[in-house]
Amino acid sequence: MKYLDEYRDPQLAQQLSRQIHKITTKPWVIMEVCGGQTHAIVKFGIDTLLPDKIELVHGPGCPVCVTPLEMIDRALVIAARKDVIFCSFGDMLRVPGSTTDLLAVRAQGGDVRIVYSPMDAVKIAKDNPKKEIVFFAVGFETTAPANAMAVYQAKELGLNNFSLLVSHVLVPPAMEAILSSKSNRVQGFLAAGHVCAVMGYTQYPPIAAKYKVPIIVTGFEPLDILQGIAMCVEQLEEGRFEVENQYTRSVKEYGNQHAQDLISKVFQVIPRKWRGIGEIPQSGLSLTDQYKDYDAEIKFNLEGIKTQESLECISGLILQGIKKPNECSAFGVKCTPEHPLGATMVSSEGACSAYYRYKRTS
Amino acid sequence: MDSLSCPFPIQQYPQVLLAHGGGGKLMQQLIEKMFTQAFGPKPASGLHDSTVLKLPANKIAFTTDSFVVHPLFFPGGDIGSLAVNGTVNDLAMSGAKPLYLSLGFIIEEGLSMEVLWRIVGSIKKAADRAGVTIVTGDTKVVDRGKGDGIYINTSGIGIIEHGLSIVPTKIRAGDVILINGDIGRHGIAIMATRENLEFETTIESDCAALNDIVSCLIKAGIEIHCMRDLTRGGLASALNEIAQDASKGIQIDEASVPVKEQVASACAIMGFDPLYVANEGRFIAFVPEGQAAKALKILQNHPLGQGACRIGVVSDDPKPLVTLKSFIGANRILDMISGEQLPRIC
Amino acid sequence: MCLAIPGKIESIVGSKEDVLNIKGRVNFGGILKEVSLAYVPEAKVGDYVIVHVGFALSLVDQEEALKVFDYLKQMGELEELHN
Repeated sequence: MKYLDEYRDPQLAQQLSRQIHKITTKPWVIMEVCGGQTHAIVKFGIDTLLPDKIELVHGPGCPVCVTPLEMIDRALVIAARKDVIFCSFGDMLRVPGSTTDLLAVRAQGGDVRIVYSPMDAVKIAKDNPKKEIVFFAVGFETTAPANAMAVYQAKELGLNNFSLLVSHVLVPPAMEAILSSKSNRVQGFLAAGHVCAVMGYTQYPPIAAKYKVPIIVTGFEPLDILQGIAMCVEQLEEGRFEVENQYTRSVKEYGNQHAQDLISKVFQVIPRKWRGIGEIPQSGLSLTDQYKDYDAEIKFNLEGIKTQESLECISGLILQGIKKPNECSAFGVKCTPEHPLGATMVSSEGACSAYYRYKRTS
Repeated sequence: MDSLSCPFPIQQYPQVLLAHGGGGKLMQQLIEKMFTQAFGPKPASGLHDSTVLKLPANKIAFTTDSFVVHPLFFPGGDIGSLAVNGTVNDLAMSGAKPLYLSLGFIIEEGLSMEVLWRIVGSIKKAADRAGVTIVTGDTKVVDRGKGDGIYINTSGIGIIEHGLSIVPTKIRAGDVILINGDIGRHGIAIMATRENLEFETTIESDCAALNDIVSCLIKAGIEIHCMRDLTRGGLASALNEIAQDASKGIQIDEASVPVKEQVASACAIMGFDPLYVANEGRFIAFVPEGQAAKALKILQNHPLGQGACRIGVVSDDPKPLVTLKSFIGANRILDMISGEQLPRIC
Repeated sequence: MCLAIPGKIESIVGSKEDVLNIKGRVNFGGILKEVSLAYVPEAKVGDYVIVHVGFALSLVDQEEALKVFDYLKQMGELEELHN
């Protein structure tokens, strides 16, 4: 595939690796925010190409991992209803709630459907006027344009049987929350490339300046990630803390204005709870008053849902890069990909799942 | 075989009824007019509870498999051809010559008789191609809503005419791993026909019987240590199972695993890894290093092995893990997958 | 959280008057899928776009795409000089 395969060239990857080795003289802790980047790092073995001095820490860039338990429990209650067709992206289906998950609800007769796009859910709503269609709108800013369009079109079409269960989260506030934590170890960031394709990166210079961390907008292929790391290390070694764009082929400084316009029409910024981290101010999205009819939390009675986190799961500390998966007492014992206790073990980008898959030799 | 020449009165019974599995007249009619006509000839002794067979060897391979694929028809095949080839391939993986299959149907009440006829036709075609005979069967019908159209079970008998023992414990360090072609076609072909994940592609399932290509290897004197056909769970799962059973480490070079561009692209869109995507006409063979080149040539000369290549080796590491050298030359563990791959957004 | 793939626009349906409904048939390495171009109304046939869950989010800047390789080529030449 063009604009994809070329960025997997082994010779160039080795060359970037050599360059990083050359310029690294001190130990550095770098966090990649986006789950897609974590996935690429594990899949291609990128961290094995880095000098030992560089520690890559996986951030909370996996919306599957950070969706609050309460939200999963609400999704499960809605999905179990006989009058509902519950639509979701695939990766949410295995995330455990307090007692069950969407796959189990489907096994028990709930109409749970995997869709590729939120527009597919709108189509299902059009085709099934007697049912209530609910779409689980999980994601970062990258998915917000699609979800915004789904709600916008639903309203234009006059659909009254469609709603979103919104659990959108925003990246810059999460980065700030991590950086402002007392136990923060992160010294440099690889910012999420596709989030920035939508939102631009004008929000980052104040963060870089305040916390004195370099922030590199980075893509998702091996050469992108290696170059992003090289640019980050270069700044760290020189004592600089600026925002740079590695992913220039897809990201412009101001992002996609059309997308941002529709997002601000349909959504508003609110505080949001991040699983394992807690509430972060101004870090989530919910529907504006104009679109409140499409809010599943208002449409369905969701009172009295009891939520219980696993007492052993430390995914919050892992999401912030404070602890490593193998420092968790349940890791690999009570908590495995087959019976996960928390989202970081379920999601293929979760740090725990990544560790489980490739660290078993050590 | 089409509905015009179907000997069963489809117009009279356009849908399968509960009675067709009830053991009475309607079931008799279905068996005699549709099944026996398709798979015949009817044995001179008539149809009995069991079929008695005389086997020309006393070492036999025996296997069973059930098929529940949905949708029933997909590009490159259907549940019928799958049911034959799947069982034929299981037998072929021990180097057996497949001879006889049993055929068990569990049909959902209301299934279109025309669909059933199409499937029967497909089974007949696949069986003829593979050189096997359907010798016995069973039919049950379940209430509407309690099945997925149709489920099929096939069990198969094959004879072992070679002196090899083709099992994971025969694998040795240094053995070369060969594959007969590109991976992931079946899973993607199925995905492309499912609602909500639609995309246009020309990918067809690779569903095929592997007994002939395997017999070419055996006849040429290749000392095959182990074989496995790749089905659900893909190449990665087969390698892990064998590594466990053989208690040996395996090293794979990702760049040498053949993947067609469209399969790779479809996987990229869905967030799948081709190494875990289902196949139905691919197998891996573990052969001694000294015979690898010869074995590869034999595969490549066969219509089902034109894309054959070498993908890895067995290491002398006693830890039964599969290590993958990624596209960029870095190593990682290739694990078993838990559950099914789900399309990702991340 | 960003599984977005580059694809080439083969054809476009819809007009600038109804921007939100502009759709394109996009070719991802041989796979064709209908994609919303509502957020990249300036896109033309032949352009490459980055697509996430059925929506094109940005145009691939083909000039910038080459810069990584120019940079690496320079690095490679420097490396050779040093060796």
